[in-house]
Amino acid sequence: MPNTIPARARPAMLTSRAVQARAADRDLVAAFVLLALLAATPLVLSAFGQEFWTDVVLRAMILAIAAASLNFLIGLGGLVSLGHAAFLGIGGYATGILADFDIDNGFIQLAAVLGASALFALVTGMVALRTKGVHFIMITLAFAQMVYFTMIGLRQFGGDDGLTINYTSMFGGFDLGRKDTLYYVVLAVLAVVMLGYARLRKSDFGLLLKAAKGNERRVSAVGFDPYRYRLAAYVVAGMTCALAGFLDANFTSFVTPGSMSWITSAELIFIVIVGGVATICGPIVGALVFLLIEEIMGGVTVYWHFWFGLFLIAIVLFARNGLVGLLTGGRR
Amino acid sequence: MDTVLFANQLLNGIQLGLILFLLAAGLSLVFGIMDFINLAHGVFYMIGAYVCASIAIASGSFVLGIVIALPVTLAFGLAAEWLIVRHFYKRDHLDQVLATFGMVLCADTAVKYFWGPQGLSVPLPAWLSGQISLAGVTLPGYRLFITVVAAAVAIALWQVIARTRVGMMVRASASNEEMARALGIETRMVFALVFAIGAVLAAIAGIMVAPITGASIGMGNQVVILALVVIIIGGIGSIFGAFVAAIGVGLIDTLGRAYLPTILGAVFSPSVASSAGPSLASILIYVTMTLVLIFRPSGLFPPANR
Repeated sequence: MPNTIPARARPAMLTSRAVQARAADRDLVAAFVLLALLAATPLVLSAFGQEFWTDVVLRAMILAIAAASLNFLIGLGGLVSLGHAAFLGIGGYATGILADFDIDNGFIQLAAVLGASALFALVTGMVALRTKGVHFIMITLAFAQMVYFTMIGLRQFGGDDGLTINYTSMFGGFDLGRKDTLYYVVLAVLAVVMLGYARLRKSDFGLLLKAAKGNERRVSAVGFDPYRYRLAAYVVAGMTCALAGFLDANFTSFVTPGSMSWITSAELIFIVIVGGVATICGPIVGALVFLLIEEIMGGVTVYWHFWFGLFLIAIVLFARNGLVGLLTGGRR
Repeated sequence: MDTVLFANQLLNGIQLGLILFLLAAGLSLVFGIMDFINLAHGVFYMIGAYVCASIAIASGSFVLGIVIALPVTLAFGLAAEWLIVRHFYKRDHLDQVLATFGMVLCADTAVKYFWGPQGLSVPLPAWLSGQISLAGVTLPGYRLFITVVAAAVAIALWQVIARTRVGMMVRASASNEEMARALGIETRMVFALVFAIGAVLAAIAGIMVAPITGASIGMGNQVVILALVVIIIGGIGSIFGAFVAAIGVGLIDTLGRAYLPTILGAVFSPSVASSAGPSLASILIYVTMTLVLIFRPSGLFPPANR
């Protein structure tokens, strides 16, 4: 193929290691500050009687968990999936279908969510990870479309209209669906995911993924099989995203095939890129920006998608390291 | 099996295939030559349909709608290429996916602003809405018209690319851009031209479909994904591959929708069969693409010299 020199490679080569390390430190500090702010948010907002915005932030955190799992794939592995939303749907439907059979035991639901997503990720990953570049984008999209059309076809679970979930998950005596506690459960999961990412990217596993993204042949020559590490990453990312779907099902009590359409997958990519790919704070920053634009612009004009689209094009054109990259001075 | 029904379904499948080909041809050229994934290709499909529909409604002439809609989409194509797309040729695919996704959002919203959220239905002239009898089988005239027009465009496109000087420049730019430039071909112009021609082909597809399904917001969003599947199956950059794959996908989709519910009905209850059938037809297309990617990673007919 022509133009094989990636334009991205140039700025990365110019960046000194020290600048990168400083940006990574700032990113980690910012993550702690953000998590502390998020912990205080419901208290502050309810003091001002703005419970609506607490729900917006809660939605942003759920989206951020899904986006963080995609960030793990794109940022560390260089694996651009256009079908990641399938895992959101798998998490949601595993919860909803069990609830439909009157099983509201949270442990069973969680096991089903994680098991189904791990199995799906393993099977599809084994095929998809044999391909590269555009073909990987398209094949992940294809698998997501298969699940999407399957759920549209299954009319006993709502088909096109979606499935209403009548019971939220019960963990012993604890109801996950309770609005006042759900926020902190989601925040805790988000914290684990964000800090987990911070650890993973410095671990041997993360470094190997990064190395394979940079130069696959060298990694193989040193004696590691990139495919196995990528598959492991793909499964972990899929399970994490399904967990977000599980939380979302408990938050909205509703799941639709639309949550798995390629538009949702593209939105997840948007969140990752706008926030800043391969950063700890990127997903939550991107998700907050995404939902704030939706809520604020949506209140001003019904045509807010137009400005959103322009914003997206501008970000991709000019802010190549996302918003977090702009603030911390790091480079991808 | 009912032969009249089967003949109609076959025609529908070929017609869907030809529509997909019109979309996939432009997408495949843009992808093959500029290495650019264009999720916004469906936008031109939609613009073509909307412009043609409003002219046809206002003037009462479907043909006038076509005559005006084509240059309008050509202008839109050139403008989009000049303003946005050309800055992304050298970027990675991730950026291209996002930027063109942004274009889709802008275009869908702009259409909603100018035409309202409802969508338009397009009146057919009397000479196109009748039935035509061919060898004892009655076929709807308009679907036959689509098939003939799309086939003519496909043949014309193939001739231009295979036989003319411009086509030679396009092929040269596709196989080796730097060499083409060194030989004095203004590749930047070729790129703009290819993008705009792709937009016009998409518009033709949208115009043809509009009288059947109506013009609606987001009408291009699902079909552009199908067109992407087509070019992956056919081999990126190959017009012939796109043609074969488009017809194949069109037939799988149409015949699947028509006959899978009956076949499933033999095993499952009728209600399950009628809802799962169309889904299964859609899934079959993606299964086909996955199988092609596993066994022939560069598609069925990868272009030479790449």
